Amino acid sequence: MAVNFVRPKIPKFAPDPWAIQFDEQGHLRHLLTIEGLGPQWITRILDTAEGFVSVTDREIKKVPLLRGRTVVNLFFESSTRTRTTFELAAKRLSADVLNLNLATSATKKGESLLDTLRNIEAMQADMFVVRHEQSGAAHFIARHVAPHVSVLNAGDGWHSHPTQALLDAFTIRRHKGDFTPLRVAIVGDIRHSRVARSQMHVLNSLNVGELRVIAPRTLIPTDVEKLGVRVFHDMREGLRDVDVIIMLRLQRERMESGLLPSEEEFYRLYGLTEEKLAWAKDDAIVMHPGPANRGVEIESSVADGPQSVILEQVSNGIGVRMAVMSLCMSANRGENA
Amino acid sequence: MKDAPENLGLDYDPVRHPEGCRPGIDCDHWVIRGARLRDPSSELDRNDDIYLSNGRIIAIGEAPGDWPGDTAEHLCAEGHWLIPGIIDGWARLREPGLEHKATIATESAAAVAGGISTLVMPPDTTPVLDTVAVARYIKRRAQLAGRARVVAIGAMTQQLEGELLAEMAALDEGGCVAISNAHYPFHDLRLMRRALEYAATFNLQVLLQPIDPSLSARGCAHDGAVATRLGLPGLPVSAETAPLAQLIAMINETGARVHVPMISSAAALKLIERAKADGLPITAGVSAHQLWLTEMDTDALDPNAHVIPPLRTMRDRDALRRGLAEGLIDTVVSDHQPHEPDAKLAPFPETEPGISGLETLLPLVLKLVEEDVITFDRAIDALATRPASLFGLSDAGSIAVGQRADLALIDPDAMWSLDSTGMASAGSNTPFAGWDFAHRVEATWVNGRRVFLREE
Repeated sequence: MAVNFVRPKIPKFAPDPWAIQFDEQGHLRHLLTIEGLGPQWITRILDTAEGFVSVTDREIKKVPLLRGRTVVNLFFESSTRTRTTFELAAKRLSADVLNLNLATSATKKGESLLDTLRNIEAMQADMFVVRHEQSGAAHFIARHVAPHVSVLNAGDGWHSHPTQALLDAFTIRRHKGDFTPLRVAIVGDIRHSRVARSQMHVLNSLNVGELRVIAPRTLIPTDVEKLGVRVFHDMREGLRDVDVIIMLRLQRERMESGLLPSEEEFYRLYGLTEEKLAWAKDDAIVMHPGPANRGVEIESSVADGPQSVILEQVSNGIGVRMAVMSLCMSANRGENA
Repeated sequence: MKDAPENLGLDYDPVRHPEGCRPGIDCDHWVIRGARLRDPSSELDRNDDIYLSNGRIIAIGEAPGDWPGDTAEHLCAEGHWLIPGIIDGWARLREPGLEHKATIATESAAAVAGGISTLVMPPDTTPVLDTVAVARYIKRRAQLAGRARVVAIGAMTQQLEGELLAEMAALDEGGCVAISNAHYPFHDLRLMRRALEYAATFNLQVLLQPIDPSLSARGCAHDGAVATRLGLPGLPVSAETAPLAQLIAMINETGARVHVPMISSAAALKLIERAKADGLPITAGVSAHQLWLTEMDTDALDPNAHVIPPLRTMRDRDALRRGLAEGLIDTVVSDHQPHEPDAKLAPFPETEPGISGLETLLPLVLKLVEEDVITFDRAIDALATRPASLFGLSDAGSIAVGQRADLALIDPDAMWSLDSTGMASAGSNTPFAGWDFAHRVEATWVNGRRVFLREE
């Protein structure tokens, strides 16, 4: 029996959810996910970030690129660290910044997400930095904003956290240079991690030598191999010969929902201790998107040790976010051709 | 005291003509000339005239002796196919309770525009369809709408809460064609087994949709590569197969006649196949969209592709197609769930699941015929013959003298493209907008009345 399936027509929704990130001229308008950016754009963002990181080393840490522009931090899910770095990035670009913590205000009063958006749009905002607990929320917002507004995804559900992945790539590049010979291991709660998903896209896009994920099966999502990773359940095997170890934060609710028996067992098997770190390459760097649970996924002496680049990641985050903001804003001014 | 069944008559009353009915449209006598009559259950496939009178098919070929001639309405239908009216075995019409989404009037009009003459409605209305009064209300609303026939499935447990048995026998006597707990779980397996035992006492047709609430949890997409990439909470196949296996074990013990309205996976099909081979009284259906879409269609985060059970893999879709072709899957349903636009205006996981499917049910199945996935005979069998027998609608689902005049006229050469803004349903939530179809419903008769005629 012939089962030929030919899709008759392209549906009204763009088949590539990431295509919306570019305007008609091919400029970066939104940053919602790493997917579809391609190595050229990723490299361009990282190169631009190099310039901005040096700004933060100056006595006056400001450039006037976004003077007169308004950036609104729309946080439907609370976060201090990410919001602060976005705020600082916007301020260093001389933008006006508005912080809206919506987890406890408008949407709880029954106001819909779109109503909230329209109201803030009416306040002449130029850029929304969005964090939301639902996957796809940033895409949804980007589909509905006015043409002059850019949307930066600061984390949506389990889906994507592109600036975090970019700053991780930036940090790795500063330490290791070329990505092609590198072995990178991501350890911990891969299933629920938007950071891990974005890291997989960014590192594979930059042609990393080998990307591994290490966790018990309850924390590995179905068919994750299709995202270009090798799965390990044993730390000793997974860490062998790796150049970069990225630890993920483990939340206590994971224990309560039956994904893990206890913090102690997780720490014993997957917590990064000095002993386990020795299984990796001698010059391996240790990363963590923060905030780290010491004694749950990482030992204090490792988090504060000579191989840790955790604090550097935080500083680099500001430069990378400045780069993304300036590139998206210049798209809206037609400047980044 | 309960009403006697003959006084309730929820099932076979002719659709009443609303006041001000239009002569020639609401006419009692029809002759449809020259259409290709196609009904495999009657071994009918020829061009002929068909005569309808007072809601029934009274003759095929020659006019009956007492045919009123000039007072009957004529329709020349050469070049068209006339098929039995479709019986959609699982369609939510939203009334009573959710009239802001749709009403029986809007959806029964949408149904006849899609060649559907009978809609079978699950009991998850508000109030729940667990009393004869609600069933009677639904029938009355359908009569007033004067389009498709609407038949109800009664609740298996009170308020569908899965704790206390509903008055299943009364619902049956009151005209409900089956009983079901919709997608609501039973309090425990013991209660479920008792509900099946009780239903088996009266030989009631039971419809149960296997979906384990704890395994499905917050899941909104098939637990596979696409959900993993998009970070969508996954709904595993085991949320369907685990409760299905339990159900089969209980059918084996109770002998209850059970129909699973929609399966979504190859693994579930295997369980159904084995149970049928063991001689158990189980039948299964599939929704039309599961025969065309896969998890890849959730890739664009289009909320119109948000359905439960979720769109699964290409392998599952192909297995379902094979199951349908071989007759292991008995019926195809629309799983119609119209929504107001706001219900789909949110990030994907927050949107309400469901497709407005009445107007695409027949076109999607005929498209499978066009692509040689199934035969035309199997299509009519799955859309009319088997649903009629499943729900005990013995005088519907076929073209034969004496049968109800429920018919759909199809132009087999009309090329058309689905425009979601022009749909008759109150819900335009369809992922098939822009799809091209080669067969179009031109007219529909329900109980001898022409209730739909396509106007260009």
